[in-house]
Amino acid sequence: MFEIKAQMAGTIFEVCVKEGDAVSSGQTVLILESMKMEIPIEAEADGTVAKINVAEGDFVDEEDVLVVLA
Amino acid sequence: MATKSYNDELNNRIDKIISGGHQKYHDKLIQSNKLFVRDRLSLLFDDGTYEEDGKFANCEAEDLPADGVVTAIGKIGGQNVCVMANDSTVKAGSWGYRTVEKIIRIQETAQKLQVPLLYLVDSAGARITDQLEMFPGRRGAGRIFHNQVNLSGSVPQICILFGPSAAGGAYIPAFCDVVIMVEGNASMYLGSPRMAEKVIGEKVSLEEMGGAKMHCTISGCGDILATSEQQAIKYAKTYLSYFGANYKEKPKLLERKPPIQGRSIVEIIPENQNTPFDMYELIDQLIDENSFFEIKKLFAPELITGLARIDGQVIGIIANQPKVKGGVLFVDSADKAAKFIQLCDAYSIPLLFLADVPGFMIGTKVERAGIIRHGAKFISAMSSATVPKISVIVRKAYGAGLYAMCGPAFEPDVCIALPTAQIAVMGPEAAVNAVYSNKIEQIENPKERIKFVKEKIEEYKKEIDLYKLASEQVIDEIVAPTNLRDTLSKRFCYYASKEISLPSRKHPVFPV
Repeated sequence: MFEIKAQMAGTIFEVCVKEGDAVSSGQTVLILESMKMEIPIEAEADGTVAKINVAEGDFVDEEDVLVVLA
Repeated sequence: MATKSYNDELNNRIDKIISGGHQKYHDKLIQSNKLFVRDRLSLLFDDGTYEEDGKFANCEAEDLPADGVVTAIGKIGGQNVCVMANDSTVKAGSWGYRTVEKIIRIQETAQKLQVPLLYLVDSAGARITDQLEMFPGRRGAGRIFHNQVNLSGSVPQICILFGPSAAGGAYIPAFCDVVIMVEGNASMYLGSPRMAEKVIGEKVSLEEMGGAKMHCTISGCGDILATSEQQAIKYAKTYLSYFGANYKEKPKLLERKPPIQGRSIVEIIPENQNTPFDMYELIDQLIDENSFFEIKKLFAPELITGLARIDGQVIGIIANQPKVKGGVLFVDSADKAAKFIQLCDAYSIPLLFLADVPGFMIGTKVERAGIIRHGAKFISAMSSATVPKISVIVRKAYGAGLYAMCGPAFEPDVCIALPTAQIAVMGPEAAVNAVYSNKIEQIENPKERIKFVKEKIEEYKKEIDLYKLASEQVIDEIVAPTNLRDTLSKRFCYYASKEISLPSRKHPVFPV
């Protein structure tokens, strides 16, 4: 299990993966919009997307768990 | 015969001292991939040679060779330096009163000779049995820190942390200009995990609470993470090559080297202001090949700080990293910048600011953490730096982000804009939303609403047009990306004779 967390507060701009997808370390899984910037959120480990906790347009706070990798 | 026996006694005593503590502690070093203190010194100094003081300290005691610390003078890269190095085979490198006296004396030597001082730390802390003599008095351990504070900004102070630096001892790295930590072995903490469990009930591992990785990524107490002792020593030598011997000496000019082969700056910077790019790639195109020595690489990576050379001249770079957190400035990035700017200013290293910054972070979390006072640190350090300062507006520079990155009001020697630069209180989208929010809400037809917002954004963009700013002399020069390295090199050379006399006062009240 590996949790991908929001590095900063913002709104989910794009979800780039779906549950069941295989992702590799460094791959962009979400794009966060904050301070008018598009901020790519990358997977820090290889894995399979087990759960996506957010949808496009959701507000997230720093440290919120966005995606869980198995 | 008599002379020979004197000499034999001396040689025997020296052999015993330089072999350090009991064999079992040497075995322990090998098990944990650590080097013996004298082997560290051989690697550190040119030709592996050095002149030692206080070798016989506490030689009347049976088991305390050199009283657990080696203090010496030698050369690194041709530069004279002073060194203190704990010997963890002697009572875990703990401090007795002679240990402390030796450290104080080598500090006094560095002060007198005006040469850099290195602290090779690997110590369990105070020897409780010696506390009356080594802890509270005028030449007790407190004096080490007092001396460090007085030496700060006078001669470079470098810490390599090979093992623990516990309790009071943890302040040695804290007062150094730079701290290099060896991953897996280095640690820094006021109270050990055992003490934390006893006193506050917390159960935590040493690595988690005070390990090298934690300090280099989260607390910011560490600047450079090394994977081995050899690498840590190499980092210390490289770091020193960017500095003069003391605050009066300028860094050495090296032979010029071309930048590394790569994409051009035009290709690196995306057209859309909001799309991230990798600032490291841009830095590579400005500086001499392989000359980047990054400080605090793992801490607050939304801001990049490092030493580099342009045509052989040493500079300090402060650059926003749009790839991480959009390059937005946070509490930690502000701290990181403030320390780095002070370091460069103290040792006559000119500063280059590369701005692509949406501003300081907003929201409850950062306000509660005091983002304003942390931002004030950054701005204060930048503003009071008197070394040559060049600010380059790479893309956006919004709000207090412009100020922090040495905007025109803070007397950069030149404020250069690339054609992609955009300077404003805030970005076009945010500004239109702020100014026309009521009006936008009143427009019911969604198509008309979008049209209205688009028009206003275009109007706003005209208002902050780069050539308009240049016409108003807000910026001093617009430079084509292909010419940026060349103009920076020439300008740093011209600005080398810069002199600024400071207003008469004791010192500013520095925001903390």
